[in-house]
Formats: sequence, structure tokens, C-alpha cells
Amino acid sequence: MSAAFAAVYTRELRLALRRRVEALLPVVFFVVAVSLFPVGVGPEPQTLRVIAAGVVWVCALLASMLSVANLYALDHADGSLEQMLLSGHPPTLIASAKAAAHWTITGAPLVLAAPLIGLLLDMSPAALATLVAALLLGTPILSLLGGMGAALTLGLRSAGVLLILLILPLSIPALIFGSGAVGAVDSGISASGHFSLLGALLILTALIAPPATAMALRIALE
Amino acid sequence: MNSLRWSTFAAPSRFYALVNALNPWLWAVAIGLALAALYIGFFVAPVDATQGNSYRIIFIHVPAAWLSMVLYLAMAFWAAIGWMLNARMASMLARAIAPTGAMFTFVALWTGSFWGKPTWGTWWVWDARLTSELILLFLYLGYIALVSSIDDVVRGDKSGAVLAIVGAVNVPIIYFSVVWWNTLHQGATISATAAPKMAQTMLLAMLLMTLSFWAYAFAVVFTRAQALAVERERHAEWVRSAAGKELQ
Amino acid sequence: MTAARAVPSAESSARRVSYNPAPVASDATLDTLACTDLACRRGNRLLFSAVNLEVRAGQAVWLRGRNGRGKTSLLRLAAGLAVPEAGQVSWGGVDVRRASVYAPLRVYIGHANALKDDLTVFESLQFLARLHGRAHDPASLNAALERVAMASRRDAPVRTLSQGQRRRAALARLALERQPALWILDEPYDALDVDGIDVVNRLLHEHLARGGSVLLTSHLPPGAGAPDMAEFDLDPFAPR
Repeated sequence: MSAAFAAVYTRELRLALRRRVEALLPVVFFVVAVSLFPVGVGPEPQTLRVIAAGVVWVCALLASMLSVANLYALDHADGSLEQMLLSGHPPTLIASAKAAAHWTITGAPLVLAAPLIGLLLDMSPAALATLVAALLLGTPILSLLGGMGAALTLGLRSAGVLLILLILPLSIPALIFGSGAVGAVDSGISASGHFSLLGALLILTALIAPPATAMALRIALE
Repeated sequence: MNSLRWSTFAAPSRFYALVNALNPWLWAVAIGLALAALYIGFFVAPVDATQGNSYRIIFIHVPAAWLSMVLYLAMAFWAAIGWMLNARMASMLARAIAPTGAMFTFVALWTGSFWGKPTWGTWWVWDARLTSELILLFLYLGYIALVSSIDDVVRGDKSGAVLAIVGAVNVPIIYFSVVWWNTLHQGATISATAAPKMAQTMLLAMLLMTLSFWAYAFAVVFTRAQALAVERERHAEWVRSAAGKELQ
Repeated sequence: MTAARAVPSAESSARRVSYNPAPVASDATLDTLACTDLACRRGNRLLFSAVNLEVRAGQAVWLRGRNGRGKTSLLRLAAGLAVPEAGQVSWGGVDVRRASVYAPLRVYIGHANALKDDLTVFESLQFLARLHGRAHDPASLNAALERVAMASRRDAPVRTLSQGQRRRAALARLALERQPALWILDEPYDALDVDGIDVVNRLLHEHLARGGSVLLTSHLPPGAGAPDMAEFDLDPFAPR
């Protein structure tokens, strides 16, 4: 069982390494999108500090959603997805491996890029640390939800935009707790409540999203 | 549950006949109760001490909000039944509920906005309940978008069911998170849905309106489900004979 | 997946099909794939109905029919990927979508090659071998590639290969098989040259000799080198 997880996971990483530039495009998008806000809103540091956490979270969300659209589409097109579902391994395992790979390829780089972005928006060190920690918990949630969205919209014409429409409402709790944590730290109160909730959300999503993804994949291949 | 009786109307042909029989009554109840509710709400219920006459919008706002939530659960329920029991009519019912649910959500948001303007001076307030209603609207729109994007009807029904169930599970989480978020930012926003202390007549008007909306929802959803049944089964014998009867 | 597995069957006698890479002389026979009263829908049309088809151990069935009759759909139903509109596909008496023993005993190679453009031939085969629990050590994989005459291109990215070469690489999986299984092949001869067709036929012969079974489609009649196959024509089952 874990052999199948490892096989799918390492294959995804290997494929990403063969296309390094394309794999990093979501991170580039993330940086560009965040940079639009000071231009649009005005460069006053006070304003930027207030909106920073929210802006980073929303842009991370969008960057994650943009890259997840292809999670299953290419495998579906060349027949690999069929083989994975026929292998006898639980589709939930395949879905988990894919989501884990997506996080490693897209989510983790976003978390690593966040400190730089935070500096651009003049965040305090404490707020920055909280933001990174919150993103560390939140980006896996986005990968899991995104995988489910990708499976539901597999092979559809406007799959990319439709996926975003489906998943954004479901990601709102993560967004609220994640950026709320930074807000709490900025106001001087503890963010432990936010982190507990974010952690609970991660566990819940990890329990619900892979089976839902698996069912959606089987339905899409029927 | 008497399974024999319930599954009788799982056949599209019998469902079609059932709706034809029920709908005139449903419309009558809907219109009658609506008139009664509006009369009581606008002419009988007293003027509110703090909000004056502008509060009267709640007679539409609150029932619409209730219906929007109940209909989402109904939609998820029927979609799940249709998927698990392979019942075509249940899946069609779920698809039929979605637009009406979305409409009620929109009405709730719009009337909420009308309430906010004279009371708080702004057209929109990001309080917990209105924000949750907005997200609910997105969930409805997402479902409608997904099922209409999928050409294969069976795949659309099943994928819609997965989405609706996941959405239904998420609604309490979303609501909780929005309430949390709202209480954190309490200073900036004011709750726009603090209803005035309920006089008997106000409560009566709201209940009547809710029942009226419910009857209306049934009627409209049934009609839509009928249309779906006829469209999907257009080659079946019962469709031809039903069409023949209506042409006479 | 190297432990021996018991195959539950409709009959009460326990039959064992051992599934380890080392070939074992076994007198156990493969279960039968049975399609009973099968109907298939595509979109709003019924492709075929009332199809009754059996593939027994040691048997090869050539599924034929004109374009659009549902050959690929039937193969996907047999593999358990799709859900039938009516009827049932069963393996040893159990519905294929529920029979957990079916997976290791089924090899499905569809029209698409399931190879990733960015991986090398060797890596692609290795992934598929690992995924399906077959031998994936370099020696076995190289031997399999040798059989389909793709060993010289083992480190070439799949996107640099021609159609015929990709088909060979996809079929290399068959050369890894040691145990009797049901092979479901969609147009295996497609894009292959004479040598390639030869290789496939030889693999089929060996497979049938060990007691395996085959269900395949081919728009051209299998040539002289192919094993004896029962013909199943799908044309009569299309709706009038």
C-alpha cells in the first residue's frame, strides 16, 4: 500500500523536476499578484501592514488553485489515471499521494516565499513568523481541497475557472483562521486558538477530501 | 418508512402525474398564505419602536433565508439518495431544487441589503449571517455550474452529489468560522439582523410567509423536475402519451 | 503483492492462485470472466444490449465490430472501469467492481499508452510495474524491454519516440507477466510493424499456454502468427 503511495508521489516529483520552470510558475504568480496590491491600494506602510496577511493568504489560495487544475488532467489524457485506478490500490491512497505531491511542489514553495512577500508588505517579525506557520498548516488544506475540485472537474472545458469557483467557498474557513492568526498576533493576543482551529480543519479535510476525491475520480472515469 | 409507497413516485411517469395533481393546490396555498402574511405584516403588525416601518422587510428576508438553508440540505439529501440508490428521479429533484435555492438566497441577501440601508446607512454589512448567506449563494452557483458543465447526465448527477454532500458538511464549518471572524472584528461591523422583539403578529406573519415560500418552492421545484423528467425520458412511452393527452 | 492469494469463487471449494514472481507449476485454473446480459450507454444512446460473453482460462477472444459499436466500452466494462447500463460483468461469480481479487489478475492496456512524455521508457515501465505489483527490479525491466526490442531506447524520453515505439513500450508490461491472468487489450496491434506484431503474438502464445486468458480488439483480423481466437462480433447487438 505505501509502495503505491511512494510510487505515485515520487513520480509526481520526478515529473515536476523535469519541468522545473513550469512547476515554479505558481510561485511566480503568487509574487506578482501580491505585488499588485501596493500598486493598487497605495504604498503607505500602515495600510499595507493591515492588509498584508489577507493579501498573502488570498494570493496563496489563488496560486494553489491555478496549479491544481492539471493534477489529474494530464494523467487522464494519457491513460495513466486509468492504470492507477485499476491497480487495485484504494483510490483514496492515490488521491492522498497526489495531494501530498501537489503540496510539496506548489504549497511548500509558497510557504518559503511568504517571508519575502511579508517583508515587501512591511510585516513585523512576529506577524511574519505567524503567517509562515499558518500557511504551513493552511496550504495542505488547499492542496487537499484543490485535488477534490480537480477530480470533480476532470476533463471539462472550463475546468480551471470552475474549479476555483467550487473550491474557494470551501476554503474560506482556512482563510479566516489563517489570516486571523496574524491579526491576533498583531493585536498582541495569542493566536493559539486560531492554530488549533486550523489544525483541526487540516485533520478534518485530510479525512474528508481524499475519499471524496477518490469517488469523484471513479465517477469521472465511468 | 413504508418503502413501497415512497418508491412508487421514484418512477418519472408516476412523479409526473403526481405533480400535475398537486401543483394547483400548492400554488393556491402559496398565493393564499403569501397574501395573508403580507396583509398581517404590513397592515396589522405594529410599528417597531427603534426601526419604525423599515423593519417590515424581515417578513420576506427571514423566511427567504430559512428556505435557502433548508433547500440546500434538501438538495444535498436528494442528490445523495439519487447517487446511492441509483434513483433517477431523486437526482432530477436535486437539480431542480438548486435554482430555487439560489433564488431564495439572493432574495435574502437583497432584502437584507434593503434592511441595512435605512437602518445602518450602508447597502451592505459584513455581518456573520449575511456573509454566510453570500457564501451559501456561491455554493449553490458552484453546484449549478458543475452539473451544467458536465454533458453526461449520469456523471453530472453523481459529481453534483459529491459536491453537494461536501458542501452540506462544510456549511456548519463555514458558518462557525464566519461567526468567529465576525466577533473578532466586532468593532468594525454591526449586526444587521438583530430582529425587533417579536410581537405575536410579527411572528405569525413570518411563519405564514415561510409556509407560503415553502409551498411555492415545492410547486416550482416540482414543475422543474417534471420538465427534467420529460426531457430525459423523451423517448419513453409515457412521455408520448402524456404529451398526447395535453394536446387534446 | 508477493503473498499467495486465495480466489474466492461461487463454488464452495477453495481454489488457490498463487501470485509470486517465481513461476510455480500450478494446476489451478483462472476464473472465468462472464458478461451477462450486458448493456452499455454512451451519452443518450444505447451502444449495445443483451451481450453474453465468456472468456475462460486458456481462451483468447477477438472482439470485433464496426467503428462506434462499443468495443472499447465493452473492454472498459470488462476491466471494471465503467458501470454497465444493465446486466453484469463478473469474475468467478463476483461482480468485477466488487471482486478485490480481480485487480492483480487483470492486465488492462487501453488505447492510450499510459506513458508520461517526460519520463524515460525505463522509468515509465518501472512506474507501471511498481503500481501493479509486478517485478520492478532493473534486471526484469530490462529483460522485458529487450523482448519488445525497446532496450536500446530505455533511457530515451517517451516524447522522442514514434507511435509504434510508444506502443511497444506500453506493451512491455506484458513481458513482465509470469502468472496466468486476464489480459484486456484495446487494439494491441495498433501502429506496430511486422516485427512488433510478431512480438505481441509470441507473448500471447506464451500467455495462453500458461493458462492465461485474453480479450482483445483489433480492427484488422489477427494474422497467421496469432493464436487461435474465438470471434465475438458486436454488430448484431447494436440497437435497431
